[in-house]
Order: sequence, then C-alpha cells, then structure tokens
Amino acid sequence: MNLKNKRLYNNPVGVSRFTGLLLITPFIIGFVIFTLYPFISSFINGLAAADGSFSLENYTRLFQDSSVRKAAGVTIRYAAVLVPLKLIVSLLTALLLNLEIKGIGIFRTAFYIPSILGANLSVVIMWQYLFTADGLVNQFLELIGLSPVSWYGEAGTALSIIILLRLWEFGSTMVIFLAALRDIPKDYYDAASIDGCGRIRSFFKITLPLLKNVIFVNLILQTISALQEFNAPYMITGGNPMKETYTIGMLIYEEMFTYWNYGYANAVSWVMFTAIALIVLFMYAVTRKLREDSQ
Amino acid sequence: MKKLPLYIILILISAVMLYPLLWLVGASFKTNSEIFSSVWFMPDSFSFEAYRNGWQTVTPFTMGHYFLNTFKIIVPKMIFAVLSSVTVAYGFARFDFPLKKFFFALLIGSMLMPQIVTILPAYSMWQNFAGFNFLDTYIPLTVPALFACEGMFVFILVQFFKGVPKEFDEAAKIDGCGTVKTLIFVLAPCIRPAIISISVFTFLWTMNDFLTPLIFIQSVEKYPLSLALRLSVDSTGQGYEQNKIIAMSVIGLIPSITVFALAQKKFVNGITAGGLSG
Repeated sequence: MNLKNKRLYNNPVGVSRFTGLLLITPFIIGFVIFTLYPFISSFINGLAAADGSFSLENYTRLFQDSSVRKAAGVTIRYAAVLVPLKLIVSLLTALLLNLEIKGIGIFRTAFYIPSILGANLSVVIMWQYLFTADGLVNQFLELIGLSPVSWYGEAGTALSIIILLRLWEFGSTMVIFLAALRDIPKDYYDAASIDGCGRIRSFFKITLPLLKNVIFVNLILQTISALQEFNAPYMITGGNPMKETYTIGMLIYEEMFTYWNYGYANAVSWVMFTAIALIVLFMYAVTRKLREDSQ
Repeated sequence: MKKLPLYIILILISAVMLYPLLWLVGASFKTNSEIFSSVWFMPDSFSFEAYRNGWQTVTPFTMGHYFLNTFKIIVPKMIFAVLSSVTVAYGFARFDFPLKKFFFALLIGSMLMPQIVTILPAYSMWQNFAGFNFLDTYIPLTVPALFACEGMFVFILVQFFKGVPKEFDEAAKIDGCGTVKTLIFVLAPCIRPAIISISVFTFLWTMNDFLTPLIFIQSVEKYPLSLALRLSVDSTGQGYEQNKIIAMSVIGLIPSITVFALAQKKFVNGITAGGLSG
C-alpha cells in the first residue's frame, strides 16, 4: 500500500480499507431493500391503472382529485399550526428546565412522560374521551364558567383536538433543546451579565443564535412527522366532520386497504414523498442564510 | 421566595401533562355514569369490575395473550436493533473506507423517509418475498431491525463511539484483540448508556406502533396489544362500557411506564449526552 492510500484510509494497522465497508453492510442491504426499493417500486406501482395497463393517469388524476386536494389542505393546515407551536412550547419549557433549582429533575420527567407514551393507542383513546360532550375538558370549562364546546362538531375544533394531542407530547423536541442548552458554556452568560446584558437580551443575543441548528433539526423532524399524521385522526375523529380532519396519511391508507386502489394509493404516497422532500429542501434553502450568519 | 412564581408555573404545566393520565387511571375504577360527571380523578368507590371485564377483552383471548404477542415482536426486535446498529455505527465511527461520506449521508437521508411512503411497497414485497407470503407473520415487523433501519440509533451510537478514546482500541490491539473482539470486549461496555437508550426506544416505539401491525397482521390471534385495543373500541362503540375500554388502556400503558421508570436515569442521560445537539 503506498503512502497516499495509507493516509486516505487511516485505519488501525493491519486492517483492510474494506473492513469498515463490511461492518456497514447491514445498513447498505437494508437501505436497498427497505428504502430504495420501496421508493422506486412505489413510483412504478403508481403507474398501474385499475385495468392492469400502465400510464401516468394516476399521477395526473390525483392533482384534479378534490378529495386529495382537500386532504392535502387539511394536512398542511395541521402542520402549519402544530409545528411552530410545538417548537415554541418546547423551547420555552426547555429554558425553564435548564434552570438549576431544587427538584427540577422531577419536572423534567413529568414533562417528558406524555411523549414517551407518544402514539400509544391507550393515549389516543384517552384523548378521545377527554373531548367528548361531557368529557373532562368540557367539564373543566364549565367549572371555570365557560360554555362547553362541541369539539367533534366543527372543522376547526376537531382539528384542534389532534393538534392539542401532539402539542401535549412536546417532550421529545424539548429534550433535544435541553441537550443543546446544556452545551452552551456558562461563561457566555456571565460575561454578558457583566456587560450589563439582561436576561431577555442574552436570550436573543446568545441562546437563540447558538440554537439555530438545533431549531432547524427539530423543525425538519416535526414537519415530516406532522405531514404523515395517521393514528390520531384515524382513531379520534375518523377524519370527520365532513373530512375536515382527513389527512393525506389517512387517504393513502384507505385508498390502499379499504378501496384496494393499489396503483392510486402508491401514486399519492409517491407524490407525497416528493412534496415532503421539496418542503424540506425549501426549508433548508430559506434558513440557510439565517443559520450561517453569526456563526 | 423569589423562586415561588417559577415553581407555580412548573407545577401548573406538570398538572396539564399528568392530570389526563391520572384521570384515566381513576376513571378505570369508576362506574360509567361517574366517569363523565366529575372532573376529580378519585372514584367514589373502587370497583375492579372494569379490569375483570377488560382483561377478558371482546375476543376469545385475554389481554395476557396480546401481551405475549407484543413481546414476541419486541424481544427479537430489540436484539436485532442493538446488534445491527452497534455494528454499523462501529464501522462509521472507527474506520475509513471508500464512499464513507456518501453512505453516512444516505443514513441521515433515510431518517427523513416517511413511513407512509415505504409501507405500501413493503406490503407487496412481503406478500411475495422470493415466492413466500410473509403477511400475517411477525417477520415484516422484526426482520427490518436486523439491517440498522433506524438511522437515529446509528447516529446516537456514532456520537458515543467518538467519545471513547482511540487509545482503547490500540491497547486492545496490542493485547491481541481483533476488530470484532475489540468491539465486544472493549468498546461495547464503554457505550452501554447508548445501548440502553436504543433498547428502551425500540421497546417504547414498538409498544406505540399501530400502523405497521395494522397493515401486516390480519388474524386476531396474532394481534399485538394496540390492535386488540382498537378492536375493543370498534366493537363496543363510544357510548357503551367506557370503563372497560379505559381499564384496557391503563393496562396497555403499564409496560411502557414500567420500562421508562426503570431506565429513566440512564435513558435520559443517553439521549442528552448523545450529542443530539449536533
């Protein structure tokens, strides 16, 4: 092995430059079988028409399909409300939990528990009961003198049941913020306070700029998971009223397993993947300048 | 006393986070009429009737059977996930090889792949995999874990491996350990917190998973807990026997809460130290 190669593959002595490749083989095989293949076959399956012929018909049809449009609108509205709210709530609570006061560990655990249970069906069922006409939420509203709300009856309130569920589970996002906050050296804040910088100002001048990348990571992760929401509307609202909580995730599932429109379901899911990828790229491009400033 | 307002805020948030769960547990001991007549979680009198009924479920099987099914999925999945992610992370963290950056980018990219997109082709793939039909078996639920399919796990482990000094590897080498022995006897013990985190995550996510078994498992006999719960909700309806459904839900939460309570300290350290802050 010549010197140049040796520097390029800086492995322990006597180890082949293919050892690493061998070790990651499970990932490569898994990627091909469980990500690449589904991605390609999803597109091809999407070409299959109901009569067995192949054409782009499914792909052109879905853009005119009013139920796809409506579901896409619901999904985007849901994500657009949930994601910013969830990021703000998790960042604020992470700031609170980063304070070093007695018993803070107990609160950390308490805030984290709902997200641990996450999509557990028990929690989803519980949530469904909380918002019924005489459920806990309405009983509480009456207790403090407000009038009860018909949560399942209207578009906005039905969607907000699901938004509130996912917002309640802000713990996983919060933990990522908390880890990042702990990495910020205390000296920064000490120096700032000596210079007469108040708490709010040091938040905007020190904390926020240093958290830019973490905020971005959370933004992407939460957007992707919000756009594929399925469990909660499927179990809680069933997509009702008038399909106002019927997400794209539900539409794909029903096209496939209720109506057995195999080709169409694949076409919708493939277009959805492309849309999500474009949204992520768009977010990456838009925030790029913002993230690179003051680094 | 300056901190009093802070504690009040923290306690209020905790109440919002925990009261619904407390209410759920309380409601499982209440009568149906009592559930929807009081915001207070404590039942007037404790009745175990709902648990007795709930445990029987609406199917020929008890909840014990569904617990067993769930663990038949969880145990292999945990072992597979740990073995495969540790191996792959070891490769990424300790060795250089051709196209390393490209493969790592693929790993991160695969984390962004929505499940709802891959699951339809996966369904057809398992329906006819080399001539065999694997639908309605636990194979589609467990086997993918053998291939480090959770990019997040590999990512956390790589961060942990980087925290272990390379001198450890060199010392092991001098003592005659090969690549595999070094991993098993020297490095794996060093990254134990991360391995625990991965096992706990796999446990919790599998307990929570609903879509995958919904698609792959058809016979009631093989249902995991989540599907059995849904079946009970569907067949009893909303306005009938709520306390039974609620009792079943509480039972369904016990494994996750127990595991979280046991692993809490190591688990939370595992995630925060894992450099997810990256």
